[in-house]
Amino acid sequence: MNLTLKIWRQKGANDKGKIVDYAVSEVSPDMSFLEMLDVLNQDLIEKGEEPVAFDHDCREGICGMCSMFVNGQAHGPDSMVTVCQLHMRSFNDGDTIYIEPWRATAFPVIKDLIVDRTAFDRIQHAGGFISVNTSGNTQDANAIPIEKANADAAFDAATCIGCGACVASCKNSSAMLFVSAKVSQFALLPQGQVEATDRVLNMVKQMDEEGFGNCTNTGACEVECPKGISLENIARMNREYLKASLKG
Amino acid sequence: MASIFSSSIGRKFAMALSAFFLMVFLLQHFAINILSVFSPDSFNEVSHFMGTFWAVQFLLQPILIFGVVFHFIMGFVLEIKNNKSRAVSYAKNKGSANSTWMSRNMIWSGGFILIFIVIHFIDFWIPEINTKYIVGDMSGLHNGEFRYYEELREKFVPIWRVGLYCLGFVFLALHLLHGFNSAFQSVGANNKYTNGLKGFGKVYAIGIPVGFIFIALFHHFTH
Repeated sequence: MNLTLKIWRQKGANDKGKIVDYAVSEVSPDMSFLEMLDVLNQDLIEKGEEPVAFDHDCREGICGMCSMFVNGQAHGPDSMVTVCQLHMRSFNDGDTIYIEPWRATAFPVIKDLIVDRTAFDRIQHAGGFISVNTSGNTQDANAIPIEKANADAAFDAATCIGCGACVASCKNSSAMLFVSAKVSQFALLPQGQVEATDRVLNMVKQMDEEGFGNCTNTGACEVECPKGISLENIARMNREYLKASLKG
Repeated sequence: MASIFSSSIGRKFAMALSAFFLMVFLLQHFAINILSVFSPDSFNEVSHFMGTFWAVQFLLQPILIFGVVFHFIMGFVLEIKNNKSRAVSYAKNKGSANSTWMSRNMIWSGGFILIFIVIHFIDFWIPEINTKYIVGDMSGLHNGEFRYYEELREKFVPIWRVGLYCLGFVFLALHLLHGFNSAFQSVGANNKYTNGLKGFGKVYAIGIPVGFIFIALFHHFTH
C-alpha cells in the first residue's frame, strides 16, 4: 500500500504546530497503525529528519497511551479498538490519512502527537479511590455478597483505560464518560459507599477546574470508546452528584 | 447545595428542568391550537380562559417567560464555555461517524427557534398584551363575538408567514429530536425504560411540530 500521511507536527508545548505531508510506500495491510508509523520514523531517521513523536506502551489495547485522532475519529475508523489495535487493512491503497493529537484545552500538546493527560490523574486523585486498612487485617473482598448485575456493571465501568478518546471525540471536550466510569465502578459496590458523597463531588469539581467542557449528550464518547463504556455511567454519575449535593 | 448550579452537572440539570417545563408547555399549546381546527367555539372559550384567568396570566406566564429566557441564556453560556474547551480544532473531524447532526447543532436549531419565538411574540403575544393591559379591553370580544379564532386565521393568510412558521417548526423538530431524550439523560434517567422513552421522544419531537405545521396550513388554505 502507498499512502499519504498528513501528520500534526509541533516541536514543543509552546510552539505553533502545523500539518506536514509524508508519503509512505510498501505498507503491509497486516501492519498495525503504530508499526506503520515506526516504518515512517525509521525512514525519517535515515534521512536525518526528526521522527514523529507519539505515545505508546503496551501495544495491546490496555495502556491507553496511543492518543491519536486518525482520519477524523479517535483511534481511527474501527470501533472498540485503540490505535495499536488498528490495522492498515482498514485503509485502502492511495488513501490520505490525517493523524492529529487529541484536541482539548485540558489536554495540551507536548510534542507532535503526544498530549498531556495528567488532568485525568488529578481527577482520580480527587476521589477515584477507596480508603481501606491494608495493615494486614484486610477483609477478603469476596466475603461481601454483591448482586451479579451490579458486579458486572462495576466491572464494565472499571474497564475504562483512561485513554481520553471520549474527550477527543466530544464536540465539547467533555470528560464526563471517563469521570462517570470512575465514579460508577465504586458507586455500584458496597466498598465504595463510605466515600461516595465526597468522591463524586470532588471528582466533578476537579473535572470542572481542569477546563473540560459540559456534556450535551451527543453520545460520541460512547461510540468512540475503545472499551465500550456506556452512557448509563454518565446518568448514574448525574444521579450520584445530585444525591450528594442534596446531602452535602 | 449552593454550588450545585455552578457545576457542569448542575447546569445540565437546570437545562433539563427548563426543557421539561417547555416541553409540557408545548404540548398544552398544541392541545389548545388544534381545537381551532376541530371546534372554533371551544378554541375561543379556552383562549379566553387562558388569556384572562389570573393564575395563568400572573403566575404561569411569568414562569414560562423565565423558563424560555433561562433555557436560551444557559444554552448560549454553555456553548461559549464548551467552545473554550477546545481552542484548536481538528483539521479533519468526522462527527457524523459517532453522533447525530441534531445533537451537534443544538445551538443552531435553538438559535433559529429563538428568532421564531421573537416573531411569534410580535405576531400574537404583544398585540394580546396591548389589547388587554394597555387598551384595557379584557372582554375578548370583537363585534360582539370572541375574536381569537378570527385573529388566528387572519395571521395565517400571508404565505410568507406560513412559510416562516413551518420553517420554525422544522427547527423545533430538529431540536426536540435530540433534546427530548437528552433532558432525561441529564437528570440521570437511563434505565430499562430508556429505549421506550427514545421511541416516545421521536413521536413527540416529530408529532408536535408536524401538528403545528398542519394547523398553520389548514388555516391558510381554508381561509
